Amino acid sequence: MRVGLFVTCLVDLMRPRIGFSALKLLETAGCEVVVPATQTCCGQPAYNSGDRANALALAKKVLSEFEDCDYVVAPSGSCAGTIRSHYVDLAGDEPGLAARMAKLSAKTYELTDFLVNVAKLQQVPGSYAGSITYHDSCAGLRELGVKAQPRALLAQMPGVRLREMSGAEDCCGFGGTFSLKFGAISAAIAEKKCADIAAADVDAVVLGDLGCMLNIEGKLSRMGAATKVLHVAEVLAGNLDQEER
Amino acid sequence: MQVRSMHFKARAGEKLADAQLQVNLGRAKSKFVDKRAHAILDLEDFEATRGAAKELRDLTLGDLDLWLERFETEATKRGATVLWARDGAEVCQMVIDIGRRHGVRKVTKSKSMLSEEAGLNQALGAAGIQPVETDLGEYILQINDNEPPSHIIAPVFHKSKEDVSALFARTHHLPPKTDIQEMTREAREVLRPHFLSAEMGISGGNFLVAETGSVALVTNEGNGRMVTTMPGVHVVITGIEKVIPTLEDLATLMRLLPRSATGQSISNYFSLLTGTARSGETDGPAHMYFILVDGGRADMVGGEFAEMLRCIRCGACMNHCPVYQAVGGHAYGWVYPGPMGSVLTPLFAGIENAIDLPQAATLCNQCGVVCPVKIPLPELLRRLREKQVEQRLRPRSERLALNLWSWVAQRPAWYALATKWAVRYLNWLAGGRANIPVLGVAPEWTLGRDFPAPEGRTFRELYAERQAKRGAR
Repeated sequence: MRVGLFVTCLVDLMRPRIGFSALKLLETAGCEVVVPATQTCCGQPAYNSGDRANALALAKKVLSEFEDCDYVVAPSGSCAGTIRSHYVDLAGDEPGLAARMAKLSAKTYELTDFLVNVAKLQQVPGSYAGSITYHDSCAGLRELGVKAQPRALLAQMPGVRLREMSGAEDCCGFGGTFSLKFGAISAAIAEKKCADIAAADVDAVVLGDLGCMLNIEGKLSRMGAATKVLHVAEVLAGNLDQEER
Repeated sequence: MQVRSMHFKARAGEKLADAQLQVNLGRAKSKFVDKRAHAILDLEDFEATRGAAKELRDLTLGDLDLWLERFETEATKRGATVLWARDGAEVCQMVIDIGRRHGVRKVTKSKSMLSEEAGLNQALGAAGIQPVETDLGEYILQINDNEPPSHIIAPVFHKSKEDVSALFARTHHLPPKTDIQEMTREAREVLRPHFLSAEMGISGGNFLVAETGSVALVTNEGNGRMVTTMPGVHVVITGIEKVIPTLEDLATLMRLLPRSATGQSISNYFSLLTGTARSGETDGPAHMYFILVDGGRADMVGGEFAEMLRCIRCGACMNHCPVYQAVGGHAYGWVYPGPMGSVLTPLFAGIENAIDLPQAATLCNQCGVVCPVKIPLPELLRRLREKQVEQRLRPRSERLALNLWSWVAQRPAWYALATKWAVRYLNWLAGGRANIPVLGVAPEWTLGRDFPAPEGRTFRELYAERQAKRGAR
């Protein structure tokens, strides 16, 4: 099974550790993983900003890089969701393109969804001890149905104590460029999310998307809270130490 | 109603700083969200009902002209007069003309969002006809110097009980009351003489049933019945998209509307009003008019925003919207707030008059998930963003930034170089700390939160190194 890892631009820039964690998890599940060196961005910022031309150009680039893989996996519900739910729309009526995009969409997965439902990973490599709560990212949850998958994987680790917070499915206020255009509103929404996290009284909040991660981490830091913010991939892979690659 | 949506961002800022408003908005969860979640469990298959409702709305809107003609025929047969208004100005003129024809000096009103669109109260006042709002929320707004509503179902959602108590004491010249029931009783006592003396009643319409020429009204206070049955003249003002074919269809939609709106299995009052009073009937008006309004709706039929016409005005989208929950309805600047307003305002009032609204959404799709007629609101917001780009309505700085990002992202070598230096720059800014408190390139971000520092090197650098090492081994 040849799996293309779509690292995503935010992981590339901000948290390489999460990319290596995803790689480790996929390899543990027995996949042959390829990481196309030319990959950059899925085009979501352009698409959500109403810039179809630029979004389409990037979608075609992703298509050419990953078309040969059996599956495409991203450690992000939002990037996987863009490919899976919107590339066909972006293709428009360019001859043959929509059909190729549809094939790509059908084989694109969010990481935990892929590990549970396709690769059927039996034993996660990491170990984690502590109390956590899980934040469901909007695109993963409402576009791809990612809800039970990360919880099932985390439950494989005996030291994990999952305590659900109130409003786990509520948006954290990130919204991509929304957070840069309407910073005050975005931060106010993040504050509610962080209050729910605080009320859960856990060591760490675990999630599956970099956008939410940066937003929640930044807000918790501003609030002076000590709760850790962890990506589900790094927890499952046991890659919490920055040096381990 | 005057469009003030251009000031969304500034007004949102004021609303975020209003501590009392924030407390009031905090009630959305228990008042609407939790109740709806509970109420939809009554239905054996809520999702299938949503699907059926979507389909029946689409089918009707596909032949909208035919169903409107059928409605006109059936309503006319039963003694009503059907008038067609192109816009708000025509609505006002028609109502004034009807009022003059019947010698009307006072009008009682049940809630009608269309009359808000048209600015009807001001027009009536100027024409010497006194409008009296009788929905409790709308009444409160009217006596508070015609304040606009902040929610389509709960117009005074932004107010506290204490606000209303002070307003009543000031307006009614009575001792202030603190108990909600007592305040409601006071309002009823003030309104009763108006119900008895008004010569005309104006209502909105939740649905128009084509096969019987009826209007369906969903209310919780009973004022709707007084307004529509006591005066000699009843005027229904509603949008052309509200028509549905049959009573059976009405039953389908009524399973969804109260549950989605207020979490009720059925509203306290449900009225189906058909025609004028026939001879021997003691109830009902002698004259019944329907003013069916276009106001931008006809242009949407068959177009890329046609799905918005399915809307049954339940308000679930705003109740569940994180942005609405944070800033409330007034920031949106026109009749309809929340996601529905962010789609309708640009379409009805001009895309250039509501630039911020389609942008002021996280696209979390909580609205799309709860919409009882499955309107893909985030998709429609995204389409409006595309229109803004096509019509060159976005700021140059934003266009430049996006074009630059996309240009670089399409050229892997440039991208590798740019990101390599970007993370080093961010790391230098962080200066060893885990977070950057002020980020010059993204000032909005660090208004209310820090920006986490990157690890230090990009994945592509580290991965290339790792592959090189493995190759050497």
